[in-house]
Amino acid sequence: MSVAAKLRELLREHGQPPREVYFDLENSGWVPPEVVEAMLPYFNARGYGHPSITHKPGWEALEVLYEAKELVARTLGASNPEEIAFTHSGTEANNLAVLGYLLANRERRGKVVVSAVEHLSVIFPAEFAAKLFGFKVVRVPVDSEGFVDPEVLKSYVDRETVLVSVQAVNHEIGTVQPLKELVDTVKAANPDAVFHTDAADAYGWVNLDVEKLGVDMLTVSGHKVHGPRGVGALYVREGVKLEPPLRGQLSAEKLWPGVENVPLIAGFKRAVELQFENMERNVSYVKGLRDKLIDGVLARVPHVLVNGPLGERRAPNNANLSFLYVEGEALTVELSMRGIYVSSGSACSSRILEPSHVLLAIGRRHEEAHGSILFKLSRYHKPEDIDYALEEVPKAVARLRAISSLAPTQVASS
Amino acid sequence: MSTRIPLPYSPKVLEIFRNPRNLGPMEDATIVESAGSPACGDMIKLYLKVGEGDVVERATFESYGCAANIAAASILTEIVRGKSLREAWQISWKQLSDELGGLPPIKYHCSILAVGALKRAIRAYYRAKGERPEWLPEAMTPEERQVLEEEEMIERYYRALGRLGGAQGEGGSA
Repeated sequence: MSVAAKLRELLREHGQPPREVYFDLENSGWVPPEVVEAMLPYFNARGYGHPSITHKPGWEALEVLYEAKELVARTLGASNPEEIAFTHSGTEANNLAVLGYLLANRERRGKVVVSAVEHLSVIFPAEFAAKLFGFKVVRVPVDSEGFVDPEVLKSYVDRETVLVSVQAVNHEIGTVQPLKELVDTVKAANPDAVFHTDAADAYGWVNLDVEKLGVDMLTVSGHKVHGPRGVGALYVREGVKLEPPLRGQLSAEKLWPGVENVPLIAGFKRAVELQFENMERNVSYVKGLRDKLIDGVLARVPHVLVNGPLGERRAPNNANLSFLYVEGEALTVELSMRGIYVSSGSACSSRILEPSHVLLAIGRRHEEAHGSILFKLSRYHKPEDIDYALEEVPKAVARLRAISSLAPTQVASS
Repeated sequence: MSTRIPLPYSPKVLEIFRNPRNLGPMEDATIVESAGSPACGDMIKLYLKVGEGDVVERATFESYGCAANIAAASILTEIVRGKSLREAWQISWKQLSDELGGLPPIKYHCSILAVGALKRAIRAYYRAKGERPEWLPEAMTPEERQVLEEEEMIERYYRALGRLGGAQGEGGSA
Protein backbone atom coordinates (compact mmCIF):
# COMPACT_ATOMS: atom_id res chain seq x y z
CA MET A 1 0.00 0.00 0.00
CA SER A 2 1.38 3.41 -0.87
CA VAL A 3 2.13 5.81 1.96
CA ALA A 4 -0.63 8.14 0.78
CA ALA A 5 -3.14 5.29 0.64
CA LYS A 6 -2.12 4.22 4.14
CA LEU A 7 -2.64 7.75 5.38
CA ARG A 8 -6.09 7.91 3.82
CA GLU A 9 -7.06 4.77 5.74
CA LEU A 10 -5.41 6.02 8.92
CA LEU A 11 -7.41 9.23 8.76
CA ARG A 12 -10.61 7.28 8.11
CA GLU A 13 -9.91 5.14 11.18
CA HIS A 14 -9.09 8.27 13.19
CA GLY A 15 -12.41 9.86 12.35
CA GLN A 16 -13.58 13.42 12.80
CA PRO A 17 -13.62 14.49 16.46
CA PRO A 18 -16.74 16.44 17.47
CA ARG A 19 -14.61 19.37 18.47
CA GLU A 20 -11.05 20.38 17.61
CA VAL A 21 -8.51 22.58 19.36
CA TYR A 22 -5.04 22.99 17.91
CA PHE A 23 -2.28 23.66 20.46
CA ASP A 24 0.77 22.57 18.44
CA LEU A 25 1.78 26.07 17.39
CA GLU A 26 5.36 25.12 18.18
CA ASN A 27 5.60 22.92 15.12
CA SER A 28 3.26 24.64 12.75
CA GLY A 29 -0.23 26.05 12.72
CA TRP A 30 -3.18 27.43 10.90
CA VAL A 31 -2.97 30.68 9.02
CA PRO A 32 -5.78 33.13 9.86
CA PRO A 33 -8.01 34.23 6.95
CA GLU A 34 -6.82 37.86 7.06
CA VAL A 35 -3.25 36.64 6.54
CA VAL A 36 -4.28 34.37 3.66
CA GLU A 37 -6.13 37.30 2.13
CA ALA A 38 -3.00 39.44 2.26
CA MET A 39 -1.09 36.77 0.33
CA LEU A 40 -3.57 36.05 -2.42
CA PRO A 41 -2.96 39.07 -4.70
CA TYR A 42 0.76 38.24 -4.80
CA PHE A 43 0.15 34.86 -6.39
CA ASN A 44 -1.40 36.22 -9.56
CA ALA A 45 -2.66 39.83 -9.38
CA ARG A 46 0.45 41.82 -8.46
CA GLY A 47 4.04 41.36 -7.42
CA TYR A 48 4.22 37.88 -8.89
CA GLY A 49 7.46 38.79 -10.64
CA HIS A 50 11.02 38.36 -9.44
CA PRO A 51 11.84 41.24 -7.08
CA SER A 52 15.14 42.10 -8.72
CA ILE A 53 14.00 42.25 -12.34
CA THR A 54 13.19 45.58 -13.89
CA HIS A 55 9.52 45.33 -14.70
CA LYS A 56 6.32 46.30 -12.93
CA PRO A 57 5.50 42.88 -11.36
CA GLY A 58 9.12 42.75 -10.17
CA TRP A 59 8.99 46.22 -8.64
CA GLU A 60 5.69 45.37 -6.97
CA ALA A 61 7.38 42.32 -5.47
CA LEU A 62 10.33 44.41 -4.32
CA GLU A 63 7.93 46.94 -2.84
CA VAL A 64 6.25 44.38 -0.56
CA LEU A 65 9.61 42.81 0.30
CA TYR A 66 10.85 46.19 1.50
CA GLU A 67 7.60 47.01 3.27
CA ALA A 68 8.12 43.78 5.20
CA LYS A 69 11.78 44.59 5.92
CA GLU A 70 10.83 48.04 7.14
CA LEU A 71 8.10 46.62 9.36
CA VAL A 72 10.34 43.96 10.90
CA ALA A 73 13.12 46.54 11.43
CA ARG A 74 10.63 48.86 13.13
CA THR A 75 9.29 46.13 15.45
CA LEU A 76 12.86 45.30 16.48
CA GLY A 77 14.01 48.88 16.96
CA ALA A 78 16.47 48.57 14.07
CA SER A 79 17.02 51.75 12.11
CA ASN A 80 17.92 50.26 8.75
CA PRO A 81 15.68 47.84 6.82
CA GLU A 82 18.81 46.60 5.01
CA GLU A 83 19.67 44.91 8.30
CA ILE A 84 16.77 42.48 7.78
CA ALA A 85 17.44 39.42 5.59
CA PHE A 86 14.64 37.08 4.56
CA THR A 87 15.10 33.34 4.38
CA HIS A 88 12.60 30.57 3.77
CA SER A 89 12.26 29.52 7.43
CA GLY A 90 13.41 30.19 10.97
CA THR A 91 15.71 27.19 10.67
CA GLU A 92 17.33 28.81 7.64
CA ALA A 93 17.66 32.14 9.47
CA ASN A 94 19.47 30.39 12.34
CA ASN A 95 21.67 28.56 9.83
CA LEU A 96 22.43 31.84 8.09
CA ALA A 97 23.42 33.45 11.39
CA VAL A 98 25.61 30.64 12.69
CA LEU A 99 27.04 29.12 9.51
CA GLY A 100 27.14 32.47 7.71
CA TYR A 101 29.14 34.13 10.46
CA LEU A 102 31.47 31.20 11.05
CA LEU A 103 32.03 30.80 7.33
CA ALA A 104 33.02 34.47 7.06
CA ASN A 105 35.32 34.04 10.07
CA ARG A 106 36.63 30.54 9.40
CA GLU A 107 40.26 31.68 9.55
CA ARG A 108 39.78 32.75 13.18
CA ARG A 109 38.62 29.29 14.30
CA GLY A 110 38.15 29.87 18.07
CA LYS A 111 35.15 29.08 20.20
CA VAL A 112 31.40 29.05 19.61
CA VAL A 113 29.30 29.29 22.76
CA VAL A 114 25.67 28.15 22.69
CA SER A 115 23.24 27.41 25.48
CA ALA A 116 22.35 23.77 26.09
CA VAL A 117 18.68 24.50 25.32
CA GLU A 118 19.05 26.14 21.90
CA HIS A 119 16.92 25.09 18.98
CA LEU A 120 18.64 22.35 16.97
CA SER A 121 18.87 24.76 14.03
CA VAL A 122 21.47 26.64 16.13
CA ILE A 123 23.25 23.68 17.72
CA PHE A 124 23.61 21.60 14.55
CA PRO A 125 25.06 24.36 12.31
CA ALA A 126 27.49 25.23 15.11
CA GLU A 127 28.63 21.61 15.29
CA PHE A 128 28.74 21.42 11.51
CA ALA A 129 31.00 24.47 11.35
CA ALA A 130 33.14 22.95 14.07
CA LYS A 131 33.59 19.84 11.98
CA LEU A 132 34.27 21.78 8.76
CA PHE A 133 36.52 24.55 10.01
CA GLY A 134 37.82 23.45 13.40
CA PHE A 135 35.80 25.71 15.69
CA LYS A 136 35.23 24.46 19.22
CA VAL A 137 31.59 24.36 20.31
CA VAL A 138 30.72 24.57 23.98
CA ARG A 139 27.25 24.23 25.45
CA VAL A 140 26.47 26.41 28.43
CA PRO A 141 24.44 24.55 31.06
CA VAL A 142 21.14 25.97 32.26
CA ASP A 143 19.40 25.78 35.61
CA SER A 144 16.37 23.62 36.40
CA GLU A 145 14.05 26.20 34.81
CA GLY A 146 16.13 26.64 31.69
CA PHE A 147 17.84 29.91 32.59
CA VAL A 148 21.37 30.73 31.53
CA ASP A 149 23.06 32.36 34.52
CA PRO A 150 25.12 35.38 33.33
CA GLU A 151 27.88 34.41 35.76
CA VAL A 152 28.02 30.93 34.29
CA LEU A 153 27.99 32.29 30.75
CA LYS A 154 30.87 34.58 31.67
CA SER A 155 33.00 31.59 32.60
CA TYR A 156 32.57 30.21 29.06
CA VAL A 157 33.46 33.39 27.15
CA ASP A 158 37.10 34.25 26.57
CA ARG A 159 39.37 35.93 24.01
CA GLU A 160 38.95 32.95 21.70
CA THR A 161 35.16 33.27 21.58
CA VAL A 162 33.93 34.17 18.12
CA LEU A 163 30.18 33.71 18.41
CA VAL A 164 27.67 33.36 21.24
CA SER A 165 24.10 32.22 20.63
CA VAL A 166 21.48 32.25 23.35
CA GLN A 167 17.80 32.31 22.52
CA ALA A 168 15.48 35.02 23.84
CA VAL A 169 12.69 32.59 24.79
CA ASN A 170 12.97 28.83 24.87
CA HIS A 171 10.78 27.15 22.28
CA GLU A 172 9.85 24.16 24.44
CA ILE A 173 9.63 25.36 28.03
CA GLY A 174 9.08 29.10 27.56
CA THR A 175 12.02 30.34 29.62
CA VAL A 176 12.45 34.09 29.04
CA GLN A 177 16.19 34.61 29.24
CA PRO A 178 17.69 37.73 30.86
CA LEU A 179 18.94 38.65 27.41
CA LYS A 180 20.25 42.16 28.12
CA GLU A 181 22.35 40.89 31.04
CA LEU A 182 23.66 38.01 28.94
CA VAL A 183 24.66 40.30 26.08
CA ASP A 184 26.35 42.74 28.48
CA THR A 185 28.22 39.89 30.13
CA VAL A 186 29.51 38.60 26.80
CA LYS A 187 30.49 42.04 25.51
CA ALA A 188 32.30 42.84 28.77
CA ALA A 189 34.25 39.58 28.56
CA ASN A 190 35.03 39.92 24.86
CA PRO A 191 33.82 42.93 22.85
CA ASP A 192 34.70 41.14 19.59
CA ALA A 193 32.40 38.20 20.24
CA VAL A 194 29.26 38.46 18.13
CA PHE A 195 25.97 37.76 19.91
CA HIS A 196 23.14 36.01 18.08
CA THR A 197 19.75 35.38 19.60
CA ASP A 198 17.09 33.06 18.25
CA ALA A 199 14.01 35.16 19.02
CA ALA A 200 11.51 33.02 17.09
CA ASP A 201 9.52 32.39 20.25
CA ALA A 202 9.96 35.89 21.67
CA TYR A 203 8.95 37.96 18.66
CA GLY A 204 5.59 39.57 19.25
CA TRP A 205 5.44 38.16 22.80
CA VAL A 206 8.17 40.00 24.68
CA ASN A 207 9.68 43.40 23.91
CA LEU A 208 12.75 43.16 21.73
CA ASP A 209 14.88 46.16 20.85
CA VAL A 210 18.15 45.32 19.17
CA GLU A 211 19.68 48.65 20.16
CA LYS A 212 18.78 48.38 23.84
CA LEU A 213 19.69 44.69 23.97
CA GLY A 214 22.89 45.12 22.00
CA VAL A 215 22.47 41.88 20.05
CA ASP A 216 24.26 41.57 16.70
CA MET A 217 21.93 39.06 15.05
CA LEU A 218 18.36 38.05 15.80
CA THR A 219 16.14 35.36 14.25
CA VAL A 220 12.38 35.53 13.72
CA SER A 221 10.10 32.93 12.18
CA GLY A 222 6.88 33.39 10.18
CA HIS A 223 4.74 30.55 11.45
CA LYS A 224 5.44 31.43 15.09
CA VAL A 225 3.36 34.59 14.65
CA HIS A 226 0.53 32.90 12.72
CA GLY A 227 2.20 33.74 9.44
CA PRO A 228 2.63 31.11 6.75
CA ARG A 229 5.34 28.47 6.89
CA GLY A 230 8.22 29.22 4.57
CA VAL A 231 9.34 32.61 5.88
CA GLY A 232 12.09 33.45 8.33
CA ALA A 233 14.07 36.61 8.85
CA LEU A 234 17.42 37.47 10.34
CA TYR A 235 18.40 40.85 11.71
CA VAL A 236 22.11 41.41 11.03
CA ARG A 237 23.66 44.50 12.58
CA GLU A 238 25.38 46.75 10.06
CA GLY A 239 29.08 45.90 10.01
CA VAL A 240 28.62 42.22 10.96
CA LYS A 241 29.91 40.32 7.94
CA LEU A 242 28.28 37.06 6.88
CA GLU A 243 29.08 34.77 4.00
CA PRO A 244 26.03 33.13 2.42
CA PRO A 245 26.10 29.42 3.29
CA LEU A 246 23.91 28.55 0.30
CA ARG A 247 25.23 29.14 -3.21
CA GLY A 248 23.18 30.42 -6.09
CA GLN A 249 22.01 33.65 -7.68
CA LEU A 250 21.83 36.36 -5.02
CA SER A 251 19.38 39.11 -5.84
CA ALA A 252 17.29 41.42 -3.71
CA GLU A 253 18.21 39.26 -0.73
CA LYS A 254 21.96 39.56 -0.49
CA LEU A 255 22.54 36.77 1.98
CA TRP A 256 20.23 34.00 0.81
CA PRO A 257 19.94 32.81 -2.78
CA GLY A 258 16.75 31.61 -4.45
CA VAL A 259 13.70 33.58 -5.52
CA GLU A 260 12.16 35.35 -2.53
CA ASN A 261 8.87 33.89 -1.27
CA VAL A 262 7.08 37.13 -2.03
CA PRO A 263 3.46 35.98 -1.48
CA LEU A 264 4.46 34.35 1.80
CA ILE A 265 6.39 37.44 2.82
CA ALA A 266 3.27 39.51 2.13
CA GLY A 267 1.37 37.17 4.45
CA PHE A 268 4.13 37.30 7.04
CA LYS A 269 3.96 41.10 6.96
CA ARG A 270 0.22 41.02 7.69
CA ALA A 271 0.76 38.44 10.45
CA VAL A 272 3.38 40.67 12.09
CA GLU A 273 1.03 43.66 11.93
CA LEU A 274 -1.67 41.62 13.64
CA GLN A 275 0.72 40.17 16.23
CA PHE A 276 1.92 43.62 17.25
CA GLU A 277 -1.55 45.20 17.18
CA ASN A 278 -2.76 45.36 20.80
CA MET A 279 0.26 43.28 21.79
CA GLU A 280 -0.02 44.16 25.47
CA ARG A 281 -3.68 43.17 25.62
CA ASN A 282 -3.03 39.94 23.71
CA VAL A 283 -0.11 39.02 25.92
CA SER A 284 -2.14 39.40 29.10
CA TYR A 285 -5.10 37.55 27.54
CA VAL A 286 -2.96 34.59 26.46
CA LYS A 287 -1.16 34.56 29.81
CA GLY A 288 -4.58 34.16 31.41
CA LEU A 289 -5.34 31.17 29.17
CA ARG A 290 -1.95 29.66 29.92
CA ASP A 291 -2.43 29.86 33.68
CA LYS A 292 -5.98 28.56 33.41
CA LEU A 293 -4.64 25.57 31.50
CA ILE A 294 -1.67 24.85 33.77
CA ASP A 295 -3.61 25.38 37.03
CA GLY A 296 -6.57 23.44 35.68
CA VAL A 297 -4.49 20.41 34.70
CA LEU A 298 -2.61 20.43 38.01
CA ALA A 299 -5.91 20.53 39.89
CA ARG A 300 -7.44 17.68 37.88
CA VAL A 301 -4.57 15.31 37.16
CA PRO A 302 -2.20 13.87 39.78
CA HIS A 303 1.50 13.31 39.11
CA VAL A 304 2.10 16.18 36.69
CA LEU A 305 5.28 18.26 36.51
CA VAL A 306 5.49 21.74 35.01
CA ASN A 307 8.55 22.08 32.79
CA GLY A 308 10.09 25.54 32.85
CA PRO A 309 9.45 28.58 35.05
CA LEU A 310 6.07 29.96 36.09
CA GLY A 311 4.68 33.50 36.09
CA GLU A 312 6.35 36.48 34.44
CA ARG A 313 9.54 34.59 33.62
CA ARG A 314 7.63 32.18 31.38
CA ALA A 315 6.51 32.97 27.82
CA PRO A 316 2.82 33.96 27.83
CA ASN A 317 1.91 31.27 25.28
CA ASN A 318 3.75 28.24 26.62
CA ALA A 319 2.49 25.37 28.77
CA ASN A 320 4.75 22.33 28.98
CA LEU A 321 3.66 19.54 31.30
CA SER A 322 5.04 16.08 32.05
CA PHE A 323 2.40 13.47 32.73
CA LEU A 324 4.17 10.79 34.70
CA TYR A 325 3.48 7.10 33.96
CA VAL A 326 2.38 7.78 30.39
CA GLU A 327 4.41 8.03 27.22
CA GLY A 328 4.01 11.33 25.40
CA GLU A 329 3.63 10.04 21.87
CA ALA A 330 0.79 7.76 22.91
CA LEU A 331 -0.79 10.76 24.61
CA THR A 332 -0.55 12.88 21.45
CA VAL A 333 -2.39 10.10 19.55
CA GLU A 334 -5.00 9.67 22.29
CA LEU A 335 -5.60 13.43 22.47
CA SER A 336 -5.75 13.66 18.69
CA MET A 337 -8.68 11.24 18.64
CA ARG A 338 -10.33 13.60 21.12
CA GLY A 339 -9.64 16.56 18.84
CA ILE A 340 -6.80 18.08 20.86
CA TYR A 341 -3.60 18.52 18.90
CA VAL A 342 -0.33 18.78 20.81
CA SER A 343 3.26 17.54 20.57
CA SER A 344 5.61 15.73 22.90
CA GLY A 345 9.29 15.76 23.82
CA SER A 346 9.25 11.98 24.01
CA ALA A 347 11.97 9.95 22.34
CA CYS A 348 9.56 7.41 21.01
CA SER A 349 10.31 8.10 17.39
CA SER A 350 14.05 8.16 17.81
CA ARG A 351 16.02 4.91 17.92
CA ILE A 352 18.76 6.53 19.97
CA LEU A 353 16.48 6.71 23.02
CA GLU A 354 17.04 10.41 23.33
CA PRO A 355 14.11 12.59 24.33
CA SER A 356 14.09 16.39 24.11
CA HIS A 357 17.57 17.79 24.76
CA VAL A 358 15.91 20.80 26.41
CA LEU A 359 14.17 18.67 29.04
CA LEU A 360 17.33 16.68 29.73
CA ALA A 361 19.30 19.93 30.05
CA ILE A 362 17.00 21.15 32.84
CA GLY A 363 17.63 17.87 34.65
CA ARG A 364 14.47 15.99 33.81
CA ARG A 365 14.90 12.23 33.88
CA HIS A 366 14.18 10.30 30.70
CA GLU A 367 10.84 8.98 31.95
CA GLU A 368 9.79 12.53 32.87
CA ALA A 369 10.76 13.83 29.44
CA HIS A 370 8.95 10.94 27.72
CA GLY A 371 5.67 12.05 29.30
CA SER A 372 5.98 15.71 28.29
CA ILE A 373 3.32 17.52 26.34
CA LEU A 374 3.70 21.00 24.86
CA PHE A 375 0.70 23.28 24.46
CA LYS A 376 1.21 26.57 22.62
CA LEU A 377 -1.49 29.15 22.84
CA SER A 378 -2.41 32.22 20.86
CA ARG A 379 -4.87 35.08 20.86
CA TYR A 380 -7.13 32.97 18.65
CA HIS A 381 -7.79 30.48 21.46
CA LYS A 382 -10.92 30.98 23.51
CA PRO A 383 -11.49 30.20 27.18
CA GLU A 384 -13.87 27.44 26.01
CA ASP A 385 -10.95 25.81 24.18
CA ILE A 386 -9.12 25.56 27.49
CA ASP A 387 -12.28 24.20 29.15
CA TYR A 388 -12.45 21.51 26.48
CA ALA A 389 -8.78 20.62 27.04
CA LEU A 390 -9.41 20.45 30.78
CA GLU A 391 -12.25 18.00 30.17
CA GLU A 392 -10.36 15.75 27.76
CA VAL A 393 -6.78 15.75 29.05
CA PRO A 394 -7.64 14.08 32.39
CA LYS A 395 -9.66 11.39 30.56
CA ALA A 396 -6.87 10.75 28.06
CA VAL A 397 -4.22 10.52 30.78
CA ALA A 398 -6.40 8.24 32.90
CA ARG A 399 -6.97 5.87 29.99
CA LEU A 400 -3.27 5.53 29.25
CA ARG A 401 -2.38 5.20 32.90
CA ALA A 402 -4.83 2.33 33.11
CA ILE A 403 -2.90 0.60 30.31
CA SER A 404 0.48 1.41 31.83
CA SER A 405 2.17 -1.13 34.04
CA LEU A 406 3.85 1.70 35.94
CA ALA A 407 0.97 3.73 37.28
CA PRO A 408 0.02 3.28 40.91
CA THR A 409 -3.50 1.79 40.94
CA GLN A 410 -5.05 4.82 42.61
CA VAL A 411 -3.64 6.92 39.76
CA ALA A 412 -5.01 4.67 37.06
CA SER A 413 -8.51 4.77 38.48
CA SER A 414 -8.67 8.50 39.17
CA MET B 1 10.55 18.60 19.98
CA SER B 2 11.70 15.18 19.13
CA THR B 3 8.42 13.48 18.32
CA ARG B 4 8.80 13.12 14.59
CA ILE B 5 7.16 10.15 12.88
CA PRO B 6 8.45 9.99 9.32
CA LEU B 7 5.99 7.27 8.31
CA PRO B 8 2.36 6.92 9.25
CA TYR B 9 0.83 4.27 11.45
CA SER B 10 -1.44 1.78 9.80
CA PRO B 11 -5.15 2.10 10.61
CA LYS B 12 -4.81 -1.24 12.42
CA VAL B 13 -2.40 0.26 14.98
CA LEU B 14 -4.81 3.10 15.64
CA GLU B 15 -7.76 0.72 15.93
CA ILE B 16 -5.98 -1.52 18.46
CA PHE B 17 -4.60 1.48 20.34
CA ARG B 18 -8.18 2.65 20.72
CA ASN B 19 -9.48 -0.79 21.74
CA PRO B 20 -6.65 -2.88 23.16
CA ARG B 21 -7.48 -6.57 23.72
CA ASN B 22 -6.50 -8.61 26.78
CA LEU B 23 -5.51 -5.58 28.79
CA GLY B 24 -4.53 -5.63 32.43
CA PRO B 25 -2.85 -7.81 35.01
CA MET B 26 -3.84 -11.49 35.37
CA GLU B 27 -4.51 -12.75 38.87
CA ASP B 28 -3.71 -16.40 38.16
CA ALA B 29 -0.86 -15.93 35.71
CA THR B 30 1.69 -18.73 35.52
CA ILE B 31 4.40 -16.36 34.35
CA VAL B 32 4.82 -12.59 34.45
CA GLU B 33 7.74 -11.03 32.55
CA SER B 34 8.54 -7.58 31.28
CA ALA B 35 10.88 -5.98 28.79
CA GLY B 36 12.05 -2.39 28.37
CA SER B 37 12.16 0.32 31.00
CA PRO B 38 10.45 3.62 31.79
CA ALA B 39 13.66 5.46 30.96
CA CYS B 40 13.71 3.87 27.50
CA GLY B 41 10.20 5.17 27.00
CA ASP B 42 8.67 1.78 26.41
CA MET B 43 7.94 -1.17 28.59
CA ILE B 44 5.75 -4.24 28.12
CA LYS B 45 4.59 -6.48 30.92
CA LEU B 46 3.28 -9.83 29.75
CA TYR B 47 1.09 -12.22 31.79
CA LEU B 48 0.76 -15.81 30.57
CA LYS B 49 -1.51 -18.56 31.85
CA VAL B 50 0.16 -21.80 30.76
CA GLY B 51 -1.82 -25.02 31.00
CA GLU B 52 -1.69 -28.68 29.95
CA GLY B 53 1.00 -29.52 27.43
CA ASP B 54 2.65 -26.15 27.94
CA VAL B 55 -0.11 -24.45 25.96
CA VAL B 56 -0.85 -20.75 26.50
CA GLU B 57 -4.46 -20.62 27.69
CA ARG B 58 -4.60 -16.88 28.13
CA ALA B 59 -2.30 -13.88 27.77
CA THR B 60 -2.76 -10.32 28.97
CA PHE B 61 -0.51 -7.26 29.00
CA GLU B 62 0.20 -3.86 30.45
CA SER B 63 2.17 -1.34 28.47
CA TYR B 64 3.92 1.92 29.01
CA GLY B 65 4.86 3.26 25.62
CA CYS B 66 3.76 4.72 22.33
CA ALA B 67 0.70 3.70 20.33
CA ALA B 68 2.69 1.09 18.38
CA ASN B 69 4.01 -0.39 21.60
CA ILE B 70 0.50 -0.81 22.99
CA ALA B 71 -0.76 -2.26 19.71
CA ALA B 72 2.18 -4.69 19.44
CA ALA B 73 1.62 -5.99 22.97
CA SER B 74 -2.10 -6.34 22.36
CA ILE B 75 -1.75 -8.26 19.10
CA LEU B 76 0.85 -10.54 20.69
CA THR B 77 -1.61 -11.59 23.39
CA GLU B 78 -4.06 -12.60 20.66
CA ILE B 79 -1.53 -14.47 18.52
CA VAL B 80 -0.01 -16.40 21.40
CA ARG B 81 -3.28 -17.69 22.78
CA GLY B 82 -3.80 -21.42 22.19
CA LYS B 83 -0.22 -21.92 21.04
CA SER B 84 2.23 -24.25 22.73
CA LEU B 85 5.27 -22.48 24.12
CA ARG B 86 7.31 -24.18 21.43
CA GLU B 87 5.09 -22.62 18.75
CA ALA B 88 5.06 -19.30 20.62
CA TRP B 89 8.86 -19.27 20.60
CA GLN B 90 8.71 -19.07 16.79
CA ILE B 91 6.70 -15.83 16.71
CA SER B 92 8.89 -13.21 15.09
CA TRP B 93 8.87 -9.44 15.43
CA LYS B 94 8.27 -9.28 11.68
CA GLN B 95 5.11 -11.34 12.08
CA LEU B 96 3.80 -8.91 14.72
CA SER B 97 4.69 -5.96 12.52
CA ASP B 98 2.88 -7.56 9.56
CA GLU B 99 -0.19 -8.29 11.68
CA LEU B 100 -0.22 -4.60 12.58
CA GLY B 101 -0.38 -3.62 8.93
CA GLY B 102 3.35 -2.96 8.76
CA LEU B 103 4.98 -0.79 11.40
CA PRO B 104 7.07 2.19 10.27
CA PRO B 105 10.76 1.14 10.46
CA ILE B 106 11.37 3.50 13.34
CA LYS B 107 8.77 1.52 15.31
CA TYR B 108 10.18 -1.95 14.62
CA HIS B 109 11.64 -1.96 18.11
CA CYS B 110 8.08 -1.99 19.53
CA SER B 111 7.43 -5.44 18.10
CA ILE B 112 10.97 -6.52 18.99
CA LEU B 113 10.21 -5.49 22.58
CA ALA B 114 6.97 -7.51 22.61
CA VAL B 115 8.71 -10.61 21.22
CA GLY B 116 11.57 -10.05 23.67
CA ALA B 117 9.11 -10.06 26.59
CA LEU B 118 7.52 -13.27 25.28
CA LYS B 119 10.86 -15.04 24.91
CA ARG B 120 11.84 -14.00 28.42
CA ALA B 121 8.54 -15.35 29.72
CA ILE B 122 9.07 -18.70 27.96
CA ARG B 123 12.57 -19.01 29.40
CA ALA B 124 11.30 -18.06 32.86
CA TYR B 125 8.60 -20.74 32.62
CA TYR B 126 11.08 -23.52 31.92
CA ARG B 127 13.57 -22.13 34.40
CA ALA B 128 10.88 -22.37 37.08
CA LYS B 129 10.11 -25.91 35.96
CA GLY B 130 13.79 -26.74 36.09
CA GLU B 131 13.97 -28.06 32.54
CA ARG B 132 15.18 -26.90 29.16
CA PRO B 133 13.48 -28.36 26.06
CA GLU B 134 15.87 -29.15 23.22
CA TRP B 135 14.24 -26.51 20.95
CA LEU B 136 15.00 -23.72 23.41
CA PRO B 137 18.41 -22.30 22.51
CA GLU B 138 20.84 -21.45 25.24
CA ALA B 139 22.10 -18.36 23.43
CA MET B 140 20.01 -15.21 23.38
CA THR B 141 17.97 -14.50 20.26
CA PRO B 142 18.50 -11.21 18.40
CA GLU B 143 15.25 -9.87 19.90
CA GLU B 144 16.35 -10.64 23.45
CA ARG B 145 19.76 -9.15 22.78
CA GLN B 146 18.31 -5.93 21.43
CA VAL B 147 15.94 -5.53 24.38
CA LEU B 148 18.82 -6.03 26.78
CA GLU B 149 20.98 -3.56 24.86
CA GLU B 150 18.30 -0.89 25.11
CA GLU B 151 17.86 -1.46 28.82
CA GLU B 152 21.60 -1.37 29.41
CA MET B 153 22.15 1.69 27.23
CA ILE B 154 19.95 3.79 29.46
CA GLU B 155 21.61 2.42 32.60
CA ARG B 156 24.98 3.39 31.18
CA TYR B 157 23.63 6.87 30.47
CA TYR B 158 22.66 7.39 34.10
CA ARG B 159 25.90 5.92 35.39
CA ALA B 160 27.81 8.34 33.16
CA LEU B 161 25.58 11.16 34.32
CA GLY B 162 26.27 10.26 37.95
CA ARG B 163 29.97 10.56 37.25
CA LEU B 164 29.49 14.00 35.67
CA GLY B 165 27.43 15.08 38.64
CA GLY B 166 24.10 15.95 37.05
CA ALA B 167 22.35 16.56 33.78
CA GLN B 168 24.09 19.86 33.34
CA GLY B 169 27.66 18.89 32.65
CA GLU B 170 29.48 20.84 29.95
CA GLY B 171 28.86 19.76 26.40
CA GLY B 172 26.22 17.17 27.27
CA SER B 173 25.34 15.45 24.06
CA ALA B 174 21.88 15.63 22.55
